[in-house]
Amino acid sequence: MDRRDFLKHFCWVISSGGVLGGGSADAWARMLNKTYDTTKHYYGMGIDIDKCIGCGRCMEACKTENDVPAVPYYFRTWVERYVIKTDRTVSVNTINMESDEPGDVLVEKDVLRSFFVPKLCNQCDHPPCVQVCPVGATFKTDDGVILVDSKRCIGCRYCIQACPYGARYLHPETRVADKCTFCYHRLVKGLLPVCVEVCPKQARVFGDMKSIASPLGRFTRMNKIHVLKPSLNTDPKVYYANLDGEVN
Amino acid sequence: MEAAQNFMELSKQVVGFIYPNEIDIQWSILIVVYPYITGLVAGAFILASLVKVFNVKELQPTYRLAMLTALAFLLIAPLPLQLHLGRPERSYEMFITPNLSSAMAMFGFVYLWYLMLVLLLEIWFEYRRDMIVWSSESTGLKKWVLKFLSLFSTDISEKAVAFDKKTVKIITIIGIPSAFLLHGYVGFIFGSIKANPWWSSVMMPVAFLFSAIVSGIAMVMLLYMIMVPLRGGKIDMKCLDKVASFLFYVVIVDFSIEVLDFIHRLYESEESIKILSQLVTTKLFMSLVVLQILMGMLLPLGLMVVIKVFRLQEEVRKLLYFVCGLLIQLGIFSTRWNVVIGGQLFSKSFRGLTTYKMELMGIEGFLVALALLIIPFVILSILIKLLPPWKKEELAGVE
Repeated sequence: MDRRDFLKHFCWVISSGGVLGGGSADAWARMLNKTYDTTKHYYGMGIDIDKCIGCGRCMEACKTENDVPAVPYYFRTWVERYVIKTDRTVSVNTINMESDEPGDVLVEKDVLRSFFVPKLCNQCDHPPCVQVCPVGATFKTDDGVILVDSKRCIGCRYCIQACPYGARYLHPETRVADKCTFCYHRLVKGLLPVCVEVCPKQARVFGDMKSIASPLGRFTRMNKIHVLKPSLNTDPKVYYANLDGEVN
Repeated sequence: MEAAQNFMELSKQVVGFIYPNEIDIQWSILIVVYPYITGLVAGAFILASLVKVFNVKELQPTYRLAMLTALAFLLIAPLPLQLHLGRPERSYEMFITPNLSSAMAMFGFVYLWYLMLVLLLEIWFEYRRDMIVWSSESTGLKKWVLKFLSLFSTDISEKAVAFDKKTVKIITIIGIPSAFLLHGYVGFIFGSIKANPWWSSVMMPVAFLFSAIVSGIAMVMLLYMIMVPLRGGKIDMKCLDKVASFLFYVVIVDFSIEVLDFIHRLYESEESIKILSQLVTTKLFMSLVVLQILMGMLLPLGLMVVIKVFRLQEEVRKLLYFVCGLLIQLGIFSTRWNVVIGGQLFSKSFRGLTTYKMELMGIEGFLVALALLIIPFVILSILIKLLPPWKKEELAGVE
């Protein structure tokens, strides 16, 4: 199915009023792949902090795959670099965001610990963005992914305000909210999200939480797991292994 | 290229670390104007209700003015929202497929309820008899406009007028919770965002409500002091003192709520306290500490204490009331600014601050915001012309 057909089908789904309610998400997926059954999956991602080397390939691949604006600040996924110095001060920056400022020149003895943290939409099980969207343009699919219906979004940006993780932005061309979809168009074809596919260190693990044998199932069995901002009760489905307490 | 340059410029203003997508401030000056306007509506209505429901007779001269002020501002209230949407042509979807769990989705319904069932209806019943009388006295276009506005009713019998009065009272009683709903709900839009510690507070709707009443009463007071002399009348000092007195008490309540919120945050000293302190002492120092608290609240409060303690002459009182009214408007506008813009100036990573550069020209710029603040006064002047709030003998100071 090419892009044109996709949009046509998409318009049909909306005009039939299917977006409200759970049935819609299923329709969305079936439009992409007729044999795909949303009820058979529930997706999540695992990220091993100790494996990430901060190469930024995931960021690049994501921008290309998902038509994210080619500017150095809108991202569906990005990688933060944390440096905790011996005096306990923390400095953080996003890798590949060029800046005029000279970067921190660090002497090894001054560094207590340092690591990279890949970030993306946490595909929360209790998504605040879905709760606040006034028109139901952002919704949760049966297989657990939060999507934005770009044909319905009015661009009020309430969802961007409600997201605790800074995972959303207003697309400068379409003027609607945009965010990571776990590469949903790839998932329904049985492919992996592109960031997972290109990661040279397998720091990102993708899988089906309904299957104990999936790579994610194994990841969550073998590691101590933490999620971002657990106190907000959003129940993220991006699980971090070896996450430092400084990260938020 | 332009985007990259823009980014470079913005990134220089960033202090510490922000999430990359946070480089944009999402809600601009227009979203500052919106709660300011709805606040004036709710506040003006509450003042009007003091006359009709609580029978504060001294305030009678401000009743109709307050209603017309509320209407003039309410008519403009949806405009800043509409203009700020990324896809304004789709705004109707909020009525067709509202998401019932979204506070914002309720906007249209709350607004229509308030406009149609409270304000318009109350103003119609209040003016019905007068419109019939005026239309019979005037000629030409005005006659027909008034006839149309009165919906071609003709009954000015005592029984009918008594019914009007009773209806106005009932609508006002319904109107008070509605006014609370209108502005409390705006506070809820911010207060319910748990991702944002500057906004997320159960006090937010209450604080919004009382600041709304403050700004509305102050606005009607200012307008009363300007409009009455303009229409050749004499300011009723009994009325003015009473308005100012109510204003004084509401400012105290509003100030207490804000102080309570401040102390509570400081004492609980949660995770976000460091970044919020940094926000208040740097980026918001001018608008929060100087404009909102010192000039917009403590100074007028002090002036009103002076007026109450020392029995000042009429002319001095008038001058001080006027200054208070202006300072309070400045203060409440700053309050809206500090909530809306302030809440977006710190990163949700709690590690940095960003900046808001207001455009001058663009659709979300300063000039549009200014226009949106001026239009209600134009509407009000037309309304006053068409539906005079004071009769000639009232203006002359005769009861």
